[in-house]
Amino acid sequence: MSNTEIETAKKAEPKAVDNRFKYLDRALAKHQFRGDALIEVLHTAQELFGFLSQDLLTYISKSLKLPPSKVYGVATFYHFFSLKPKGEHTVTVCMGTACYVKGAGELLAAAEHQCKCKAGETTADGKVSIQSARCVGSCGIAPVVVYDNEVAPVVTPEGITSRLQTWLEAAS
Amino acid sequence: MTIDELYEIGQNFRKQLEGFSAEIHVCCSGGCFSTGGLALKELFEKACAARNISADVRIISTGCIGLCGAGPLVRLFPSETLYVKVQREDVERIVDEHIVGKRVLTELAYPADAPFFAKQQQIALKNMGRIDPESIDDYIAHGGYEALAKAITYYTQDGVILEVRSSGLRGRGGAGYPTGLKWSIVRKVKSTQKYVVCNADEGDPGAFMDRAMIEGNPHAILEGMAIAGYAVGATQGYVYVRGEYPLAIERLKKAIKQAERTQMLGNRIFDSDFNFRVDLRIGAGAFVCGEETALMASIEGRRGQPRPRPPYPSQSGLWGMPTLLNNVETFANIPPIILNGGKWFAGIGTEKSKGTKVFALAGRIANTGLIEVPMGMPLREIIFDIGGGIPDGGEFKAAQTGGPSGGYIPMQHLDIPVDYESLAQVGSIMGSGGLIVVDKTSCMVDLARFFMEFCMDESCGKCIPCRVGTVQLFKILDRMTTGAATVQDLHTLEELCDMVKDTSLCGLGQTAPNPVVSTLHFFRREYDEHILKHECNAGVCEMPALDEPAPVAAAVPAVPAVSAAETVPAAEAPAGKKNGGSKKKST
Repeated sequence: MSNTEIETAKKAEPKAVDNRFKYLDRALAKHQFRGDALIEVLHTAQELFGFLSQDLLTYISKSLKLPPSKVYGVATFYHFFSLKPKGEHTVTVCMGTACYVKGAGELLAAAEHQCKCKAGETTADGKVSIQSARCVGSCGIAPVVVYDNEVAPVVTPEGITSRLQTWLEAAS
Repeated sequence: MTIDELYEIGQNFRKQLEGFSAEIHVCCSGGCFSTGGLALKELFEKACAARNISADVRIISTGCIGLCGAGPLVRLFPSETLYVKVQREDVERIVDEHIVGKRVLTELAYPADAPFFAKQQQIALKNMGRIDPESIDDYIAHGGYEALAKAITYYTQDGVILEVRSSGLRGRGGAGYPTGLKWSIVRKVKSTQKYVVCNADEGDPGAFMDRAMIEGNPHAILEGMAIAGYAVGATQGYVYVRGEYPLAIERLKKAIKQAERTQMLGNRIFDSDFNFRVDLRIGAGAFVCGEETALMASIEGRRGQPRPRPPYPSQSGLWGMPTLLNNVETFANIPPIILNGGKWFAGIGTEKSKGTKVFALAGRIANTGLIEVPMGMPLREIIFDIGGGIPDGGEFKAAQTGGPSGGYIPMQHLDIPVDYESLAQVGSIMGSGGLIVVDKTSCMVDLARFFMEFCMDESCGKCIPCRVGTVQLFKILDRMTTGAATVQDLHTLEELCDMVKDTSLCGLGQTAPNPVVSTLHFFRREYDEHILKHECNAGVCEMPALDEPAPVAAAVPAVPAVSAAETVPAAEAPAGKKNGGSKKKST
């Protein structure tokens, strides 16, 4: 990367961040900065930023005039909110009853083996995050795995291994 | 908007439909979406365009048709032929043969008289899979919002409640509280502001009917809520949906906008002085938020922790105001009740459980999917006739209802009628309608452990019995599945189950031990085998071989004696003895 390219990238970055805050402010205003809109605002923030950093939580707590403890409490209470950055790709293994009965445990084990990290963690190179879900509501086609946003039906351990391999190899 | 204008919208839309010689409904809900439903729709559009028949054929994506396991599903009208497992290469053939040639492709078609559809009776699911969920006109053309119009123009508020009471409808979220009674309580409370809340936080793993209903026919829920709002005197409604259901959220948002534009929601609905608005609240992945007080805390933007009741939400709910809370399926049943009358609804089902119930069939069953059957249908009929039995020559072991709060129904109780009371009698609950079939490849101890792990993770941490008790229960069950448990553990397990059940604050803790109690009752032999012999019949649990008769062996004779005398039903007792006997031989 040449010097000029770095300069433009640097200029571009804060602008992008500002934009995201603009969207967040819009969401805050839409809810009239009411404290009871906290969960809605956190949803928007996570959608925009990918995860909820401490700065972001502080910003939200100031905007909504809520104590930081309450914002932090709510953000950590719900599984949906992540306080750590996620990997480039996310693989979600559904561990609902229907999927479990049809062998979702083996799928999760295969994913954990392939990525060498546990559910809820991200690979060392930051490429793939593994998650387990309570139930994605696609029980008719169990066992189900969600690759990023694509719901894959009737997955086998071989299937999940090969998919993860392509992700991990594409990364390196 | 008046009733006449409503009829006009419906008539205009029906006239539009008459212009088409055929309709292709591609299921794009949950399962079928994942198996490529949307791509099929595009292929159908292309195929029709290539044959210059686009103007004659209406191609839409619909909500769940029901037979999720055989997806992607495509239904063709007017012949109502259902094609299952449609592949991309079949599209051209279907268009050529069926649409152009008017011949049904028998090898792809699902028999119309198959028990899966023939034995169902659809009320809540009636329009699902037959209308375009993103079109309010389509819903109105199928009789939508007529019930709301009828309620507002012909009924008094008490008249609506009377109709709901006479229908005998009971809450479909699981507990089965009479809906009409709940409505009349909220109606009687005097307050400047009241709320109607729809509980669409379907956290129960293995259940997906709320999702399918919202995705397939969102207006039915909005209509039900508006009727409830009119009856109890509320002006604001909230739908609390799981964050895990993005499509359901999108569809609801769209439906609310359309309903507001058509003046089905908003101010002066049907030129009356009734105002009603609906807002969406999106959950953030907490099972406990399905509990009503926790759900309300979450709507208020707080941590989803329950509080003691009373006061019940009907007296003091959202922001301290009287709040009516019902499940998605309950609201979906309201418009048909108002249209056809409470007596009609009460004519279906059993004496104490009226109407129909939607079930999500999943697990080791041939026809996975969504069904609606009259209350009181024997479980055997649901599993073996509608569900098609166990696939791959497997053998039925148990049916699970009610998710982490429910229990297992074994072989010997397969003939019980499915209603609130009968299920409770065998130690299970109706629950929200998840029905998961388990065959011999599943270990009951492992499944009990699975649900306990779920409850342990989902416990909100407010009350100690649930927070600590579920952890201890899980640890014991974990020891059992890894071969580290002793006989004493079994006794501790039973004691703890009672304690957690009796002393927890909310439904989550009170029902968390249910799967354990139920499996202990019907499958105690498996527990004994795990502890005493380190054997798992299903081959799920990996336990070290029991090479030397450890201290555990000394207690062997005691266990069958205890189990036979105290908890195991007569049928199970010989099994316990046999287990003990074989154990002696092996040592």
